[in-house]
Amino acid sequence: MDIFLQQVVSGLATGGIYASLALALVMIYQATDVVNFAQGEMAMFSTYLAWSMLNAGLPYWVAFTATLALAFVGGLLIERIVIRPVENAPVLAVVIVCIGLLVILNSVAGWIYSYIQKPFPSPFPGTPIRFGNVVFGAHDLGAIGITLVVLLFLYVFFRYTTLGLAMRAAAQNPVSSRLCGVRVGWMLAIGWGLAALVGAVAGMMVAPIVFLDPNMMAGILIYAFASATLGGFTSPGGAVVGGLLVGVIENLVGTYVRFIGTELKLTVALAIIIIVLVVKPSGLFGRVVVRRV
Amino acid sequence: MTPRSRPLTLALPLVTLAVAALLPFVLSNFRLFQFTQVFIYAIALLGLNILTGYNGQISLGHGAFYALGAYTSGIMMDRWNAPFLTTLPVAGAVCLGAGFLFGIPALRLEGLYLALATFSLALAVPQILKYFEHWTGGSQGLVLSKPEAPFRLTLSPDQWLYFVALATLVLSMILAWNLLRGRTGRALIAIRDHHIAAEAMGVNSALYKSLAFGVSAGFTGVAGGLSAGAIAFVAPDAFNVFLSVTFLVGIVIGGLASIAGVVWGALFIQFVPNWAQDISKAAPWAIYGVFLIVFMYTMPRGIAGTIRTVWARRRVNVRSSPAKGGPP
Repeated sequence: MDIFLQQVVSGLATGGIYASLALALVMIYQATDVVNFAQGEMAMFSTYLAWSMLNAGLPYWVAFTATLALAFVGGLLIERIVIRPVENAPVLAVVIVCIGLLVILNSVAGWIYSYIQKPFPSPFPGTPIRFGNVVFGAHDLGAIGITLVVLLFLYVFFRYTTLGLAMRAAAQNPVSSRLCGVRVGWMLAIGWGLAALVGAVAGMMVAPIVFLDPNMMAGILIYAFASATLGGFTSPGGAVVGGLLVGVIENLVGTYVRFIGTELKLTVALAIIIIVLVVKPSGLFGRVVVRRV
Repeated sequence: MTPRSRPLTLALPLVTLAVAALLPFVLSNFRLFQFTQVFIYAIALLGLNILTGYNGQISLGHGAFYALGAYTSGIMMDRWNAPFLTTLPVAGAVCLGAGFLFGIPALRLEGLYLALATFSLALAVPQILKYFEHWTGGSQGLVLSKPEAPFRLTLSPDQWLYFVALATLVLSMILAWNLLRGRTGRALIAIRDHHIAAEAMGVNSALYKSLAFGVSAGFTGVAGGLSAGAIAFVAPDAFNVFLSVTFLVGIVIGGLASIAGVVWGALFIQFVPNWAQDISKAAPWAIYGVFLIVFMYTMPRGIAGTIRTVWARRRVNVRSSPAKGGPP
């Protein structure tokens, strides 16, 4: 029983990270109807920026805040410069452009920072916290906490601010929103900026665990995809629940199903994605989108 | 097609073929290997282009079928000492079946979701390959011996492989051309352009889509099998997600929904990274990315499509020049 609880707890911890990246994916999808394949690499690149600043001697939280600001501006610029020309193009074109972005960010990071793994500090103390027989890593708890704070912030932003309302309107019905005076193009850009910011949080939370290198996000991205699919691509709350669930499933399956172990972890994510897409394509909490023909 | 252009459209491929047939006797072994690789890539791209270019289903996971083909060939040669040539149809058939089966759940996925599912397939492949260590040799991979030319032909192994790859490519292109120019091709394109309208016209969308997946995977599998022979080595880490992305780059650069375009695409993905490597280890991918994005903006129909457009415009200009007094 203790092993079970322990696995659930550490599953929740990794799940928190999947959840934050999934949240970023869902935000871009909701705001722009694009699944951003470059999301993981954007997060990775932001984390490298944070690493540079920490290396230059800035205190952690200053670097953290500065990275979030840079990530926001970066996401904004990427939308304006790279994504905007294919805004109304077929899905294939958008996917190809995102893949292009993915490989550019990946190779530029490798070019600048080399492919050698770098340690990344955690803002939380290294001592584990005990509840009975179950041990929590302080970093894991912190990561979950930060994910929840980000979720709360987003909820409040989208629910109670004029800008959030305008963004939701722009995504749902661009023509009518434009007629009401909402600048739809800029709403999309802000959506990308926010998603880059959330991705940067995920990157900085995951880097202390997996170490920093240009390919660190590949595995996490597929789990984030699995989480977003499980929770439903139309539901931010669903993405968080999906992320936590996927984290727990991953750990439990790895512990109790012997032939899977740690070697087939990515395959578990693949299986989750395919099963969800086949059985319930809208995910657990997603809306079924009805399209008029 | 006008009667005047007919000899030219026939002559151009024939001349290209003749030049290609002479290359092995003038090039060094290394260059020859590179061109063999170009043909192999071209076959794989042809497969992907049938699916993505003609049928509009996005696959970011064709590296998986390439790997499956390579391992089918590799294991047959390694375990049962099967002759290289007999492994190719088997690799194709295995991938055809696997592709058809993967195509069935893929039916429910459109656009982005399919891209997602195939992308995760591509990410998971190296792990799956390493897991079946007994068959695949784990992360060490399988070391094969280079297939020799049969029938006492006086060709070096490299020259023999070159001709095998060339012949397979020509055969695949003829097959694909025959498949795509008639009823089937029209059905595939109709599904891509408007699947509801296509179904209303009586096209069995589900069947054609999963068939397209199967055929596409089959071609790519044959290419994988060829690569196992040409490189004489298969290892899981060669089939990572970037291989699938490379294929995508190839068809976008060469030209979506173009059979001739796959050769351009294959030349690009074979030679451009080599040149870029001189700048930096990371440069090939940066260049790939930039090319992907720039091509999507400026030449969405790729090299082949652009050549066709320019050619058509020139012909129109030439024909109308006596009346209009030449192009402006």
